[in-house]
Amino acid sequence: MHLFLQQVFSGLASGAIYASLALALVMIYRATDLVNFAQGEMAMFSTYIAWMLVNAAVPFWAAFALTLVISFIGGMIIERVVIRPVENAPVLAAVVVTIGLLLIFNALAGWLFTYTLQEFPSPFPDRPLFGALLTSRDLGVIAVTLVMLALLFVFFRFTTIGLAMRAAAQNPASARLCGIRVGRMLTIGWGLAAAIGATAGIMVAPILFLDPNMMGGVLLYAFTGALLGGITSPVGAVIGGLIVGVTENLVGTYLIASQLKLTVALILIVIVLVFRPNGLFGTAIVRRV
Amino acid sequence: MTVKHTMLAGLSAVGLIVAGGLAYAAGQYGPGATDTEIKIGNTMPYSGPASSYGIIGKVDAAYFAMINAQGGINGRKVNFISRDDSYSPPKTVELVRQMVEQDKVLLIFNSLGTPPNMAIHGYLNDNKVPQLFPATGADQWNDPKHFPWTMLWLPSYSTESHIYARYILKNLPNAKIAVLYQNDDYGKDYLNGLRDGLGAKANMIVATQSYETSDPTVDSQIVALQASGADVLLIAAIPKFAAQAIRKVYDIGWKPTEFLNSVANGVGTTMKGAGLEKGVGVISAAFFKDPTDPQWQNTPEYKEWLAFMNKSGLSANVTDNQSVVAYSFVQTMVAVLKACGNDLTRENVMKQAASLHQLKLPMLLPGITLSTSADDFNPIKQMQLEKFDGKTWNLFGEVVSASGS
Repeated sequence: MHLFLQQVFSGLASGAIYASLALALVMIYRATDLVNFAQGEMAMFSTYIAWMLVNAAVPFWAAFALTLVISFIGGMIIERVVIRPVENAPVLAAVVVTIGLLLIFNALAGWLFTYTLQEFPSPFPDRPLFGALLTSRDLGVIAVTLVMLALLFVFFRFTTIGLAMRAAAQNPASARLCGIRVGRMLTIGWGLAAAIGATAGIMVAPILFLDPNMMGGVLLYAFTGALLGGITSPVGAVIGGLIVGVTENLVGTYLIASQLKLTVALILIVIVLVFRPNGLFGTAIVRRV
Repeated sequence: MTVKHTMLAGLSAVGLIVAGGLAYAAGQYGPGATDTEIKIGNTMPYSGPASSYGIIGKVDAAYFAMINAQGGINGRKVNFISRDDSYSPPKTVELVRQMVEQDKVLLIFNSLGTPPNMAIHGYLNDNKVPQLFPATGADQWNDPKHFPWTMLWLPSYSTESHIYARYILKNLPNAKIAVLYQNDDYGKDYLNGLRDGLGAKANMIVATQSYETSDPTVDSQIVALQASGADVLLIAAIPKFAAQAIRKVYDIGWKPTEFLNSVANGVGTTMKGAGLEKGVGVISAAFFKDPTDPQWQNTPEYKEWLAFMNKSGLSANVTDNQSVVAYSFVQTMVAVLKACGNDLTRENVMKQAASLHQLKLPMLLPGITLSTSADDFNPIKQMQLEKFDGKTWNLFGEVVSASGS
């Protein structure tokens, strides 16, 4: 029983990591109707910016805020410079561009910051909780993920700009006719996704340790989480991420060898795509053709 | 007079031909060696994910340059051709073929990484080109029967496991052992080495868990290992996952005797990452002098190494373990080439490399020497155990051999 609880809770802890990155994926999908494969690497790069600031003796939360601002601006620049030219190209072109971004950020980080493992400070105290089932760091990641979720939920449902962004992503032509500046919405969407990614990176770096390949493995699990929950739903992304974290631990412990944990994630992706392409909480997007 | 002169000229000409013919018949030179030069090839990840190891190639080059400035090896200058393979095996193959077929090097020395070396293993052995002292500790480099042109240098991963096994058998005879290992050749070498070393008592291993380098964390594996009831844990993992493992073991209140593979025993990376206080009591193994350990810093050996590093413009790397390892690598190469004398054929290079007899190197731990023979291509078979005290590693006990008494 103790083993079971341990596995569930450490699954929740890694699930929260997946969920935080999955949120960024959902953000960009809702804002731009695109899947951004470079999301993980952008988050990693933002984390390096925070790391540089912290090393330059900037207080943690100030560095955090500054990183969010820098990432927001950086995300917007990327959209303007790199994504905008392929806006009207087939979706495959955009996918290839994001994969290119993935490689660029990875290599750039390696070149600038080296591939040596870096320690990253955690804003949360490092204490075991609930009979050593979780540490306060894990709890911090879960809490921050939930706060981000709440903010996103409110943003998309109740703010004008959030609604305008959804409209711009789902039906650019009609949105434009309603007076929404579609181009600007897309730019802001990328900026926000980059900032959410930065938050995710900063929260998980103390647990995963910072190196240019930090997000490589995480991205795949985050995708699974986002797909499982429904790529259009922030709530779904978080629940999906947590489910993936717990499932891989339990299946890895009780059913198959832990070598196959990654396979579990891939099988989940296939099952979701075949049987419920909109995920658990996603809405089917119907387009008139 | 003219006749005499002609006779003399003729005789000396014959003499020259005979002398030249003798030299030729003795087969003194293989490809890449002449009266004035020895050409050596090498691949290094100067860029890419493993580029932090590039320092090894830089130390090699600097040391050869120093030897050349001092007059070379038996009067011959070393021409060290070191190229960047970015740790990418296909690139290694391309570069090594180029070095063997176009540059015509005598041998390949100290190429870095298990996958790059695996990629050229067959090619070099098929073409009978020495692949000496690769910068990787995989056991497969010690297989003189099937690969007589490849020789290990680092204590192999299984050598290290054997040493842990001997310690466990002696000091923790009733231990229940759990193993966390990376799911590839490197991790499995450690696991199999431990099984081998325990011999008849291999059933002391009660649980094993592996991880993939794509796994975000190894928390789940550690939890599963704890549940097995083990009281000894061997961590055969690279720094990122080793740090996570040590931290998780501490956080869940498990208190096994922990053994950490030397691949990941850097204080600045693994131990600091895990949290220094969480690694107190962890045991690892060493075979060279840690350049940050104050106990060596007043010895002439350390000072000589430091002077070499500073003079070569490598002052930034004087706390890097890899610079010490590289220094010892290249000294071994120089010793082998010196022993070759004027017979610089590929065959003789392998013969001399396989005839090391208790070779001492200044920056290896006292008592550790290199020995090889025709059927033993594993030069370093001893290590010394060390324990982490929350700040640094402290050597304890004697230098231990992997096998024998």
